[in-house]
Amino acid sequence: MIYLLLFIEYFKVGLFAVGGGMATVPFLTELAEKRAWFTVAELADMIAVSESTPGPIGVNMATFVGFRTAGIPGAVCATLGLITPPLIITIIISGILVTFKNSKTVSGAFSGMRPASAAMIASAGITVVIMSLKNTAGLFGLVDIKGLILMVVLFVLTNFVKQVKKLHPLCIIAAGAVIGILFHFAGV
Amino acid sequence: MKKRSDSLFELFLTFAKIGATTFGGGYAMLPILKRELCENRGWATEEELLDYYAIGQCTPGVIAVNTAGFAGKKLRGIPGAIAATLGVIFPSLVIIIVIAALLSGWTENPYVKNAFAGIRVCVGVLVINTVINMWKKSVKGVFAISVFDLCLILALFTKIPTAALVVAAAVSGIIYCSVQGKKGKEERH
Repeated sequence: MIYLLLFIEYFKVGLFAVGGGMATVPFLTELAEKRAWFTVAELADMIAVSESTPGPIGVNMATFVGFRTAGIPGAVCATLGLITPPLIITIIISGILVTFKNSKTVSGAFSGMRPASAAMIASAGITVVIMSLKNTAGLFGLVDIKGLILMVVLFVLTNFVKQVKKLHPLCIIAAGAVIGILFHFAGV
Repeated sequence: MKKRSDSLFELFLTFAKIGATTFGGGYAMLPILKRELCENRGWATEEELLDYYAIGQCTPGVIAVNTAGFAGKKLRGIPGAIAATLGVIFPSLVIIIVIAALLSGWTENPYVKNAFAGIRVCVGVLVINTVINMWKKSVKGVFAISVFDLCLILALFTKIPTAALVVAAAVSGIIYCSVQGKKGKEERH
């Protein structure tokens, strides 16, 4: 039952992804491996579209993954799966907001979960980087030089040049698309 | 003070508008939430909103959904929370389904193929940049750095499920903080 599976897998994402939309990405690379619903390359495309369209990134990606896997009902199931745990948690803790905010146990748990979340996004990022450089490889599957150059240039620009730092990710993605077309990144 | 306009449908619509006008989630959402909830509707004070937001970051799930849930619950109880949350996801569902359906017919087009090959390189950089920002914000001190390093190694080289790593990190955080707390007390004695 693909719809139920989508709901359950995304319920887990909603329960364990801490720190916003990108925190769902490590769960999705894991899903790509475990369920083979999509490849890491397709996942990267879905991240790009989700960053470039309105709406919270995590929700956008859930809809996209669900649609890719099982059409419109799949999109609805995955998205509902994602929002159910936070909705339940929100309803429970809204009565005890202050207690929750000042709880030592909660802040302790999050002092461990935040760096863990960052590490797992890093691991997912490394998976995406390796995939994107392999994917654009022209010669015998070696690391693609065009891709590597673009990656280094983008990294330096987005981290060290003030004007570029402030740009919305959409601009970076659009630039990537234009460069990809101009320099035949897919080799076609 | 409560206006008659805060019906469930109104809640749904307002949060649908927020969902449709948010670009990129996270912090990009805060000014839009402030305008809609505090200034236009008077549904929440700015202080409450910042609280929702802070707690949204400290609870699992997408921050936008948490914020919608808190605001909805405050105004109309549990049905309100559900209406607001469904509102915030509604535009995403429609927009993404349309785009995904359109894209699926174009995957073999050479322009689209080249464009996405270029885009994938960008996505790698964007994900790594997210990590750098998170690192600057929340990976401070020996404990956090150790958790980061250990989790990165485990995530890269083992097949331990991501969810199990999150739970283990939470438990170790609770233990570490309670040990630190006790140490602090002993020193004071």
